[in-house]
Amino acid sequence: MYAFTYQRPKSLADAAAAIQAEEAKLLGGGQTLLPTLKQRLAQPSDLIDLGGIAELKGIREADGGLEIGAFARHAEVAHSDLVKRVIPALASLAEGIGDRQVRNMGTLGGSIANADPSADYPSAVVALKAAVTTDRRTIAGDDFFTGMFETALEPGEIIKSVRFARPDKAAYAKFRNPASRYAIVGVFVARFGGEVRVAVTGAAGSVFRAEAFESALAADFRADALNGLSVEADGLNADIHASAEYRAHLVTVMAKRAVAAAG
Amino acid sequence: MSCTVSMTVNGKTVSREVEERTLLVTFLREHLGLTGTHVGCDTSQCGACVVHVDGRSVKSCTALAVQADGAEVTTIEGLAAADGTLHPMQAAFREHHGLQCGFCTPGMVMSAVDLVRENPNPTEAEIREGLEGNICRCTGYHNIVKAVKAGAEAMSAAQPAAVAAE
Repeated sequence: MYAFTYQRPKSLADAAAAIQAEEAKLLGGGQTLLPTLKQRLAQPSDLIDLGGIAELKGIREADGGLEIGAFARHAEVAHSDLVKRVIPALASLAEGIGDRQVRNMGTLGGSIANADPSADYPSAVVALKAAVTTDRRTIAGDDFFTGMFETALEPGEIIKSVRFARPDKAAYAKFRNPASRYAIVGVFVARFGGEVRVAVTGAAGSVFRAEAFESALAADFRADALNGLSVEADGLNADIHASAEYRAHLVTVMAKRAVAAAG
Repeated sequence: MSCTVSMTVNGKTVSREVEERTLLVTFLREHLGLTGTHVGCDTSQCGACVVHVDGRSVKSCTALAVQADGAEVTTIEGLAAADGTLHPMQAAFREHHGLQCGFCTPGMVMSAVDLVRENPNPTEAEIREGLEGNICRCTGYHNIVKAVKAGAEAMSAAQPAAVAAE
């Protein structure tokens, strides 16, 4: 790890000032950033630890859904009675991220700011009509992820919280890499009245919605409604773990499992 | 670029001047001489470096020492009683031979204690899932799972009120 200056601001305003330094980086739980630094793949001048900022913490009920602070750790979301009551699928997604120790450190804001194509949370942000609030504005979940490891965040913009809408039914199903526990394919299905959202992570460079699945499920919310439907393999990720064709196959399988679990 | 890091480690307050990039595991092993916490993979996969920070298990190879500034840290050296009596989980690992080479054992025991704190009576499946972040290259896990089960029972028997309270 190259040397850096460590800062632990106590307020969002102080963090926003500190991040203006040329090569400064924000530190959430560090479960991706610290391994990156250890491999000397990045050389920030300053690390701005967001762990001391009360404004970024906590989980609240808001507009019938949930507002989760950017610094909420995965284990907090997984074990929160409020999350389990309002959006149980979100608690169960959080409980499946990485391993216990990673969940005890990793944060919601860190995960979505990093926008790993195989991360779990992006599927929930898109499927649950989330709104991402930053120190500058609110970004719709649909517009937040713009590509592989890319988001709509501007340089130095800090995520404060994420609002998730409460669905009538929802579930997340993932086919995970057994070693890294990242999603090879993960599908979040959420039903809001007559509207159904199907968000797919792991399969492509960034999370996407499977629109054909959504209309089929809006007409008939059963796993069998997806019979014969699939996404194009063209353009999907291919690596040592799974070919693009296999990922395309898994999208249908995981979507069916999610619908069955949502009940 | 150095800074002063202070924390409570195994009940003792410690304070050291360290480089800001110092990992928690380096702080424990090299600055405090607590070499029971191991570095296995150094890439947050294997769990040999698991310690407790404010009661939660974390991989100390993937945390900065400064992130634990002001925290209560427990390492494997802090589990046994002052008179050397093993913690029930340590005793269970010995009794059930939950190890072969022993390299992963400190991390396994620390993860197991954290798991049981949250779930005092875990099933075999819950134990296997709870130990996902810990890799053992010798045993095939069978005796580790048996040890954790027995350790959980012993912990409940030793201090039912305390376990329930946490």
